[in-house]
This record gives sequence, structure tokens and C-alpha cells, in this order.
Amino acid sequence: MTQATITKARTFTHLVSKEGGVKYPLKALNVCEETFSPLEVAYDYDVIRSLVSRESIAAGPHSIWRYKEFLPVESENPIDVGTGMTPLVKSTRLARRLGLKNLYIKNDAVNMPTLSFKDRVVSVALTRARELGFSTVSCASTGNLANSTAAIAAHAGLDCCVFIPSDLEAGKILGTLIYNPTLMAVKGNYDQVNRLCSEVGNTYGWGFVNINLRPYYSEGSKTLGFEVAEQLGWKLPDHVVAPLASGSLFTKIYKGFQEFIKVGLIDDKQVRFSGAQAEGCSPIAQAFKEGRDFIAPVKPNTVAKSIAIGNPADGVYALEVARKTNGNIESVTDAEIIEGMKLLAETEGIFTETAGGTTIAVLKKLVEAGKIDPEETTVAYITGNGLKTQEAVQGYIGEPLIIEPKLDSFERALERSRTLERLEWQQTIV
Amino acid sequence: MTVKVLIPTPLQKFTNNQATIECNGSNIDELIDSLDVNCPGIKARICDETGKPRRFLNLYVNSEDIRFLDNTDTSLKDGDEVSIVPAVAGG
Repeated sequence: MTQATITKARTFTHLVSKEGGVKYPLKALNVCEETFSPLEVAYDYDVIRSLVSRESIAAGPHSIWRYKEFLPVESENPIDVGTGMTPLVKSTRLARRLGLKNLYIKNDAVNMPTLSFKDRVVSVALTRARELGFSTVSCASTGNLANSTAAIAAHAGLDCCVFIPSDLEAGKILGTLIYNPTLMAVKGNYDQVNRLCSEVGNTYGWGFVNINLRPYYSEGSKTLGFEVAEQLGWKLPDHVVAPLASGSLFTKIYKGFQEFIKVGLIDDKQVRFSGAQAEGCSPIAQAFKEGRDFIAPVKPNTVAKSIAIGNPADGVYALEVARKTNGNIESVTDAEIIEGMKLLAETEGIFTETAGGTTIAVLKKLVEAGKIDPEETTVAYITGNGLKTQEAVQGYIGEPLIIEPKLDSFERALERSRTLERLEWQQTIV
Repeated sequence: MTVKVLIPTPLQKFTNNQATIECNGSNIDELIDSLDVNCPGIKARICDETGKPRRFLNLYVNSEDIRFLDNTDTSLKDGDEVSIVPAVAGG
């Protein structure tokens, strides 16, 4: 076989039912016709092993497409808008505050082009949508996905119609409309939006990234696992903490680690997986605590709208991953979420949205409960940007000191602020 | 009780490719039985071996998840709309 044919080899072979193992062709399908369980993309790992090495990956593009052999697309030119390869920040100040020795922040708050991890899954889904011949793409979104689908569809020249709950944060609505998609703001919660989209998907021939394209779409989240392994020097961490909405991201980070082990890029190692939910929408955390293997749906009521999914599609699989890796699933209150956002900003200079606040608050809670060993190499996944959810922290942060353009006005204001700081400090000690 | 049932694509082979059908039943259990009379074989797909809807299938009555109502005992009246939706979506 020549080199040219090897590089064109398709590494993915079919779709397969997660329950029962029935095989399906590589079309726009997301559920098994027998059991209705999710379909997964199946790969030929022998082919992948023959194609990739640490060196070939490192020499690839500075984006998720350096891992193209592990992603379900066949285009020579996938849609590359610089998505992925976000910073893995070694934390010192947050780590010290929490009492951890080896804490890293995977910062997808600065992912491209729309500042959340969703750009990863959408880059994959829209590349696949193009391959399958769709001219209109769509999604059911809690906000970040709408931003990403609209932006990347605009870049690729695809028609776009996205669905969101009507009560989303202003930044998420504006951050979708600017790309000029058709935006349907549904009077209902995300689960109702999702159901409507499943019904729409029955009759319109659109590519819904998280419905009929979901097997391809969700694979994009594996790159969050690949990047962390590569950025840690081709090693796995001991513990990861990630937010749980549908549960898909969590299970795909796990799958990413497993695939790197399978093809021999990294050594095998047990990684503990811990999940973070908001108390106002914590169906997976509740099932974890009660030892259940099924998810009872809830009606969301939390400031963390981006992860407010009351009926999570991959909830049972997220439960499985947390249990078999000796991890935990914990929930935190809205007040703790806001404190988590502030803590990450004040100690690391990273402004995350509510989902990231949830992750940091759960990280703190797990450390305080002794469920994360200070010696463990721990990675907290920050999946979205705080500028999109400004309403959440409005009223909980400081205010600017308004002064005259005069030196004495500045000095008086500075003195006042230092006095206030001292008072706050004294109150904290007391 | 005549209710309108929304059928997802994977089940439309049992309904002659119809996306909606009219059916009878005073609750969800009865509705599924009566669906099976009109569309033989469909019950075995909707329900698992215990006779209850599969865990990856959600049922809604007038847009409300039956798990927030009385599950398969949820009563139905004329004009209700029942939607059968694969759960694996979103996120």
C-alpha cells in the first residue's frame, strides 16, 4: 500500500448500538431501531494505530484536527476555524487556596470561535453534515451550542435554524443572532425544546447536530481528553472534574483517554471521573447518591442554564463512568456556583460562565470532603466563557469607583477602597 | 377516547410511514395495546420484556413527560396528543 492510500484510509467503519451491538451504516442516524439506545461511531483501531504517532499528531494543525484519525469525518479539508488546543493552565493560586498540589485548568472559555467547548462538537458535526449532503443544519441548545452552530454554519455557508429556550441570557441570544441564523426561542425549558426538535427532525430533512448527527457530533468532545493527555506530556491525569448536562462530554473525555491507550500513544492508568451539577438541576447527581442506575427526570431551576438539562440523554452512561472509575457526582447551590465563578476569576484570571462556576464549586466541595487527594494530578474542565452569562454575577461583584479627573479625587477614592478592603479582611478573620 | 399519536421515524415502518396516527385508549397502557392492534409488532418495540416503555424512549401527553404524570397509568381524554420520542437527543 502506498503512503497516499494510507493517508486516505477511513478510520471509522460503521455505527453501532450501545445496547445490543446492532450495526448501522454511516448515515444521519442517532438511535438503534431495536432498543432506541444511542448509536456510537465504531473505528478500526488497527488502522488508526498504523497512521498516528506522537510525532505525527504534534506536527498536525494547531486545532482539534490534529486528531483527525480519531474523528468521524472523511473530508480532506474539514471545517477548521481554529477550534481546540486551548490552554491547559497549571494552577498555583487556586490550587493553594484549595490545598491541592497538582491542579490544572483546561480552559475552553477561550475556545474558538465562540468561546465554549461546543465549537469542538460542532466543527465535527458540520463537517460530517456537509459530507452527508445536508444544506440546512440545526440544533436544540441551552445557548453555547446555538452560538457555535450559527457561527460555524455561517463560516461553512450552510443554512441554519437553531432552537433555544426563550429565557436564555442576553449574551447567548445576541451571540447567536449576530450570525443571522433563523432563531426559534421556544417558550419552555430545554427538555421541551429538545422534544420539539426530535419531532421536527422526523419530518424536515435537516441535519440536527445533536439529534440525527449526534453520534458524529458527540465524538468531538473526545478532543478534550486527547488534548489534556498531550498537554500533560503524553500522560493521563489522576482525576478529572467536569460539568454534567446531558452527560455526553463526560463520557467522551473518558472515551478519548481509552482510545489513546488502545492505540499505544499513552500508558494505561486509572483516571477518576467526577461530575458537577447544579442543585437546581441534578438528576444525575441524585441518581448517583441514591445508588440508582436510572435517571428520574427533573424540571430545571438554576442559574446554570447552560447545563440545565432535566432529562439527560447520556445520564446513565455518565453514572457508569463515575462509578467504575471510583469518582463522584456532586451538586452545588446557585450561591456556590457564583462563588465558584468568582474564585476562579480572582485566583487564576479566568472568567468562566455558570457551568464553570459549578465545576469549581464541586471541585472545592470534593476537596473539602476528602474525595480528592491533594497529591492527585487533577484537571478541572472549564467549558464556557463568563462574558456570556453576565446576569449571573450582576450584583455579586464590586462596582467601579467613580472619580473626578483630579489627583485628590483619585487619592480619596483609593483611601476609601483600602479602608473597605481592611474592614472586609478583618470581618473575614473574625 | 380518540387521541393523536406522534410516531418517531424508527417506528414508522409499523405505521405505513405515517408520522401521526389516531388511536384509542383511556390511559397509556391501553393506548399502547390498541396501537399494537392497528400496527402489529409495534408494542414489542416500544416496550421491554416487562411490558413497560423502554428506558431510551420518552412518552409525552400534551407535551408533558408521563414520568411527571402517572407514568403508563396517565389517563387520556378525547383530543389529547401523545408523542413517542427517542430519548437520545440533545446535550
